[in-house]
Amino acid sequence: MKKLTNPGKICFIFMSKYVKKITSYIMGKGLENMGCVCGHGKESMEEYLAPLRSILNNYPKEERYLIPILQEAQEEYGYLPKDVLREIANYLELSVTQVYGVVTFYTQFHLQPRGKNVIKVCTGTACHVRGGAEVLQALEKELGITSGGTTEDLSFTLETVACIGACGLAPVIMINDDTHGRLTPDKIPAILDMYREQEDKAAAN
Amino acid sequence: MEATIYRSHVLICTGTGCVSSGSGKIKERMVAELEERGLQKEVKIVDTGCHGFCEKGPIVIVYPEGVFYCQVDVEDVSEIVEEHLLKGRIVERLLYKEPLTEESIPSYNEIDFYKKQMRIALANCGRINPESIHEYIAVGGYEALGKALTEMTPEEVIEEVKKSGLRGRGGAGFPTGLKWELTRREKSDKKYLVCNADEGDPGAFMDRSLLEGDPHRIIEGMAIAAYAIGADEGYIYVRAEYPLAIHRLEVALEQAAELGLLGENILGSGFNFNLHIKKGAGAFVCGEETALMASIEGRRGMPRPKPPFPSVSGLWGKPTNINNVETFANVPYIINNGAEVYSAIGTEKSKGTKVFALTGKINNTGLVEVPMGITLREIIYDIGGGIRDGKELKAVQTGGPSGGCIPADLLDLPIDYESLTEVGAMMGSGGMVVMDESTCMVDVARFFLSFTQSESCGKCTPCREGTKRMLEILDRICAGEGREGDLELLEELGNHIKETSLCQLGGSAPNPVLSTLKYFRAEYEAHIKEKRCPANVCEGMKSAYVIDESVCIGCTACTRVCPVDAISGERKKPHYIDPDVCIACGACAAKCPVSAIAQG
Repeated sequence: MKKLTNPGKICFIFMSKYVKKITSYIMGKGLENMGCVCGHGKESMEEYLAPLRSILNNYPKEERYLIPILQEAQEEYGYLPKDVLREIANYLELSVTQVYGVVTFYTQFHLQPRGKNVIKVCTGTACHVRGGAEVLQALEKELGITSGGTTEDLSFTLETVACIGACGLAPVIMINDDTHGRLTPDKIPAILDMYREQEDKAAAN
Repeated sequence: MEATIYRSHVLICTGTGCVSSGSGKIKERMVAELEERGLQKEVKIVDTGCHGFCEKGPIVIVYPEGVFYCQVDVEDVSEIVEEHLLKGRIVERLLYKEPLTEESIPSYNEIDFYKKQMRIALANCGRINPESIHEYIAVGGYEALGKALTEMTPEEVIEEVKKSGLRGRGGAGFPTGLKWELTRREKSDKKYLVCNADEGDPGAFMDRSLLEGDPHRIIEGMAIAAYAIGADEGYIYVRAEYPLAIHRLEVALEQAAELGLLGENILGSGFNFNLHIKKGAGAFVCGEETALMASIEGRRGMPRPKPPFPSVSGLWGKPTNINNVETFANVPYIINNGAEVYSAIGTEKSKGTKVFALTGKINNTGLVEVPMGITLREIIYDIGGGIRDGKELKAVQTGGPSGGCIPADLLDLPIDYESLTEVGAMMGSGGMVVMDESTCMVDVARFFLSFTQSESCGKCTPCREGTKRMLEILDRICAGEGREGDLELLEELGNHIKETSLCQLGGSAPNPVLSTLKYFRAEYEAHIKEKRCPANVCEGMKSAYVIDESVCIGCTACTRVCPVDAISGERKKPHYIDPDVCIACGACAAKCPVSAIAQG
């Protein structure tokens, strides 16, 4: 959660009715001295981009490293915010348009924040013929979102993928790096609860 | 290395299939149980790669007896330790049962699924620990590299591979030796070697299993190829969706470099070869070689026209040779055993073996490696154990979204590159999806086309626009709104797209539609003329499920599985399905213990 929101976003949120909640969140993280993080403040932006800078330092300034850099940056920030893309483009001396073009070409990259748990539902052939669509429906119903969406509390993102390559276990879903196979719609609530509990535990600690 | 000699080895599969069925917990419990009984110095636990029989996972094999336990649960571990490892009695109930005879088979090699296979590429998968280079070397690993570097010239290596008849296992089947020769011939200060592990075909997972089960074999094959073509740098382009494969490759690369089998002056021969892993970012079209190279260079993975071929101008304009994972896996065998031994396997034009991912409505799903020329019947009935639930085979789809459907009456077709192409299918990367009478061929064609359509990169018009138009027609037919003339239009569009697309994604995208039109035209016509889906699959033409009140025992099992809450009724009283809400998914019928539910 730490670096999920970018400064521009926080600025917007500050003006909103959630101001109290957000302030307490930031206070809770021990960042009370952050001041205004509206994206114009140079210092806060520097702080925000610091993890990216250390990623960039590991790579020579060559176009061939664009995709690995994007992959690492996304791992760090959870998605690829505009400021991050701009910084990467500057570093590699590429136009932002070119970077944006690469980001939008590959399905792995995301321009919007994503849930802490990413659910990938396999829609490959084997899963298709063994009821993958019903599993997806059950997930949509349980989470109240459709494929491609993220729950409001940023807990889950739901998406479909072409094939996970575990066809012997069809129908299959992946949650983060775990594969769950031989699914039926009725198994879904228990699986989701497992991740909700994990999250609650992490929050309690 | 440890000097202890163990009396037994317990092999626990750590392929993706078995891990997700819980093999990690089994190992934990096994370690604890062995320690509790003080057996840790007598029995060794070995993590292995995929056995290919993921359906029956988690798989545990005990050597020296070679006893094959399947679908092992954590709770079964103490019984295996107590009965088998301590008392020497086989745990009968965990043995594999042949689906046709219900007979328990204790030994790995006796199971039909394995007995009729011929494992060359997959030889070590499931036998050795993929994260240990020493185990690979112990079974003869890196011998071929040593032989090539010390006893053979690059030209001799190429000649050997040419004579072996090895052809590209990625799909098109271009002769590997010839490809190497073309790259060798180019004069350049720098050449690259690329391994295409961007396995994207839905239904295919042989590259994944190879990389997870025997990564050193791929590295060895690549090093030999690099020596042959004169490359000193290589890339393995692997899907980011395969985290375990990437991890095992990273471990393997590090180990090989440490022992001087990669890097500078390999085995003192003066030959240098550095290998990098490049993670794909999720684009099916990157399996196409020119698109793959664009992606390695950091750009959008879009194909470009050929010529120039990669052997002339590839990565950063330098001569580049690209082969598939399975192709490289065959190379060490050819160098070790000679071209004659290899070319004795297979048919006249297709030599050696091919790995297929056998999936769908079949009893034994998994990875199988068979000699070229075997018939579909042998694969499906002898190895695959026949069709699930005793149903009738309808068709076999080979080659994934680029391939086609082969009808049941061509079951005795000997499989090789040419025969498959002739009947309108394709070897492809080796996906083999078995379909029974409950599969709708129009729906299958639509499924594959919707996949290629969404993966079309958009560069050339026939593929971008043409597949979209074809998909619209198929959507309409499946929704019960098919029109007279639709089938002719599909054929015309399909043939145009095949002929005019820039790359093989578009060039093969219409195959699933064209081949089903060829063999299952009557099914399309039923959709259009009678507004009926013979397999009762297509939405809009499906009829709702109905509960037979005289049979229903009111157990509520159906109510719980219904994804749309269409079923109502009190406990222990007959239930009712609301036909307006029912989506005819069949989940209730599958769950009903007394078979009271059927389509109305």
